[in-house]
Amino acid sequence: MRAWLALLAVLASVAGARAATPTAAEVEAVARQLRCVVCQNLSVADSPSEMARQMRDVVRERLAAGETPEAVKAYFVERYGEWVLLMPPARGFPLLAFVLPLGALVGGLTAALVVLRRWSRRSADPGASAEVDEEDLAAVRDEVRRRGAV
Amino acid sequence: MRMAELLVAESESSERCQHDAGRAQHEKDGESPVTATAGSLALWVALAVAVYGFVAAALGARRNPGWSASARGAVLVQFALVTAAAAVLEWALLASDFSLRYVAQNSSRATPGLYKAGALWGALEGSLLLWVWLLAACSALVVVLYTRRHAELMPSVVAVLLAVSAFFLVVLCFISSPFERLAPAPADGRGLNPLLENPGMAFHPPALYLGYVAFTVPFAFAMAALVTRRLGAEWIATTRRWTIIAWWALTAGILLGAWWAYRVLGWGGYWAWDPVENASLLPWLTGTAFLHSVMIQERRDMLKLWNLSLVILTFALTLLGTFLTRSGIIASVHAFAGSPAIGTAFLAFIALVLLVSFSLVAARGDALAAPAELESLVSRESAFVLNNVVLLAATFSVLFGTLYPMVSEALRGVKASVGAPYFNFVNFPILVAVLLLMGVGPLIAWRRASLDHLRRNFLAPALAAAGLRQGHVLTVAALAVFVAGTVGHDLWRGVRARRTADGSPARALLSLLARNHRRYGGFLVHLGVVIIFVGVAGSSGYGRQVEQTVGVGESLSIGRYRVEFDGLRQVPNGTHVAVVAGFNVRNSDAPLGRLEPAKLFYPQQQQPIAHVAIRSSWREDLYLILTEFAPDGSAATVKAMVNPLLMWLWIGAGVITLGTAWAVLPDRRPRRA
Amino acid sequence: MRRRIALACALALVPIALLAQGLRTDPRAVPSPLVGAPAPDFALPRFDGGDLRLSNLRGRVLVVNFWASWCGPCREEAAGLEAVWRRYREAGVVLVGVNIQDREAPARAFLGATRPSYPNVVDRNGAASISYGIYGVPETFVIDRDGRIRLRHVGAVGIEALARQIEPLLGERS
Repeated sequence: MRAWLALLAVLASVAGARAATPTAAEVEAVARQLRCVVCQNLSVADSPSEMARQMRDVVRERLAAGETPEAVKAYFVERYGEWVLLMPPARGFPLLAFVLPLGALVGGLTAALVVLRRWSRRSADPGASAEVDEEDLAAVRDEVRRRGAV
Repeated sequence: MRMAELLVAESESSERCQHDAGRAQHEKDGESPVTATAGSLALWVALAVAVYGFVAAALGARRNPGWSASARGAVLVQFALVTAAAAVLEWALLASDFSLRYVAQNSSRATPGLYKAGALWGALEGSLLLWVWLLAACSALVVVLYTRRHAELMPSVVAVLLAVSAFFLVVLCFISSPFERLAPAPADGRGLNPLLENPGMAFHPPALYLGYVAFTVPFAFAMAALVTRRLGAEWIATTRRWTIIAWWALTAGILLGAWWAYRVLGWGGYWAWDPVENASLLPWLTGTAFLHSVMIQERRDMLKLWNLSLVILTFALTLLGTFLTRSGIIASVHAFAGSPAIGTAFLAFIALVLLVSFSLVAARGDALAAPAELESLVSRESAFVLNNVVLLAATFSVLFGTLYPMVSEALRGVKASVGAPYFNFVNFPILVAVLLLMGVGPLIAWRRASLDHLRRNFLAPALAAAGLRQGHVLTVAALAVFVAGTVGHDLWRGVRARRTADGSPARALLSLLARNHRRYGGFLVHLGVVIIFVGVAGSSGYGRQVEQTVGVGESLSIGRYRVEFDGLRQVPNGTHVAVVAGFNVRNSDAPLGRLEPAKLFYPQQQQPIAHVAIRSSWREDLYLILTEFAPDGSAATVKAMVNPLLMWLWIGAGVITLGTAWAVLPDRRPRRA
Repeated sequence: MRRRIALACALALVPIALLAQGLRTDPRAVPSPLVGAPAPDFALPRFDGGDLRLSNLRGRVLVVNFWASWCGPCREEAAGLEAVWRRYREAGVVLVGVNIQDREAPARAFLGATRPSYPNVVDRNGAASISYGIYGVPETFVIDRDGRIRLRHVGAVGIEALARQIEPLLGERS
């Protein structure tokens, strides 16, 4: 029993450690968030330029050395500045880049719904439904007949 | 991106990364000086005519038919003159008259004829000339079509149109003239950038510019409505078809650009959220919102102020696009080699447009304020209002993202930027909302709907959509099915209702569609948009990519395909040398043919241009890029991608075109209100 | 109503003001976060044999210039760099050229044409240039005796501009 637990512990610790070689997908995931510095508006993952290839190699080496994707990105930010990131970090001033647009959507929809409700309340007969009850219809017909309307 | 590197190099030549700026080898006496003079003269006179016409129209607006007629004449004369100027430049390009700097920089003796013609809009000065020409043509068309029926509005409309073209003519005459001369004239030109030598180049800029320019017309009518106080639906009803066609042209321009990026620029994608791409998207978003909200004003006489503001904003955004590409304010692969002078001129004009338009709106404030009423919260009016809100939220987020680098630098001095991951993240919820509204909107009745009504109409499509699993990309697919379902459901019910009158279902369908062109054309357009969304979702969510070096006879596996390399060959080709890699493609069952990605080496270009090879099918595209090759031809490094459903983007574009064509056709008999 | 419209106008002018501000800046000029930071070390092969390790030169004022054979401005500034080297060599300044994004034959041809007498090394895999945040050529870094980057110049650098940066550093003791 103890041997099994020991084996499990060993297995768990091995599984927890980072794989030595990062997969192409892992490299691409980081490369996709870095700007190719010699191109206009392409990520390091997409760009065919030599510089981008070298940057991908650096990403691969660093991931293989055990760094987390965040650390790799931080390395590039340290050398190039914040503009090398294609997605602004979600803290500090760049948070505005997320808050403002999403806030505009939510705020706009809320405001619109409020205004629409106000407009629909102003209508003369707010409670009417599109359907007319059969019973009501019969009652109206009777009424009309009774009053001798043409 | 190769082209980017080239363009960075070219435009930055004075400081760094320079390569040869041109080959003025021998020197010869100038070609005909008449060309340059004739062209310049035509533009100068056109400017004078535009200014005169503006004054005449302003006088004519005071109910003076003589001046109005003169102003209309000025519009036609302006068109003739601008056409002459454009013809002169085109002739110079086709005849390879290198005494004009523009021709020398954008064409060469070896450039094929089609691209010599297209070089007219290949660089800044020519593109402005194209813009003015389109504007002059639209103005002339407006004068011809609408004078009789809208005599009240016309003078003001003409005044606005002439004012805008006068501005562009001022830029062309004083700041960047396409008719500048080179003396002595070089023997050969620099030639068009090889990336521009592609059929897409022939269509993308004209379509896009047509879209931009055509939105000037509803703007002019809106200004006329404000000036003449005819603030009802007249200006909207008149420009309805213009707006639809302008919207279509802008859509086509944007999609042609995406197609070109995919086929020619060759990084495997079709949209990079480049600042200039965004600049074309912004008026598209507000233009779409405008298309919808005017329907509310037509039916319910509501939202007058909103519609006026929206059309002003749309027009201002079209100017913003031209500003961004030509001012040097942003670094982009699309940027023309502009200057701060042009940038300042455009910015000043945009500011002027906004100030004048909004002042006019303010002056008519009393006539525009009307209490808005809706019978029911759940109604098509509400859906359209929400549509507008969502589209404007998208406009704001794209605008903010595009200007973010400037905001960051101005407010905290740190250079920052945003790219595709950011825009995709922020716009995804908006995309979902748009799809939802597209499904729900067309089927809610005008004026009111009840929950019961909703249930009857949407239950079936919603059930169909619910059958699909949830997930980031599948959400889009589910909503797409929902929209398609609502359209199909509505058509089915309509056909069923008409069958008693028309007999066969086919005839019923046709007569249904013909009774209300705008509605069913709109449905078809929605369907096209949905198809595009599905294509976008499929290619972004499920794409695969492999980069591998293969020797001769070796193969690479990706998805269902096995791609075998069978050698390199060199193909000299006039202006360039192509190194072509041959690949045999097969899937598990059978051989599928050959794909031949290549690298093209042009003598003047520092980096080679990649020619990608694509095999398209309904299901997916197999996309091959040759990244490296061994000089002895023994091996090649190739990047292979599988892009699912990518063809759906182009199919959707076709459906949108059909839908638009249907929507502008006149109804066979009067529509029910 | 009018106040609201005036408000909308004012709002519309904000992006315009922003754009006007943007007109005054160069979108491609990127300030370096490395100025003031320790210069990253590298050990790269020299064109004339052997290796050069940057940290071995600690205690001297260093000028590191990144270049490529296909770059015109690099050629333009080559003579100036050689002149600076000759002027300040005795004072203990070391000039190092780093060739990046290039191939051997054209690089050697470039060196043959410009004939620098200061050491030139080659960065084959790009790691060194990335560690310096290079995004184009030429770029020149001036490093003080403590190994800190004091200046980063993007584009061709002139003799006098470089000299002005070097002189004050000569007086500093490490």
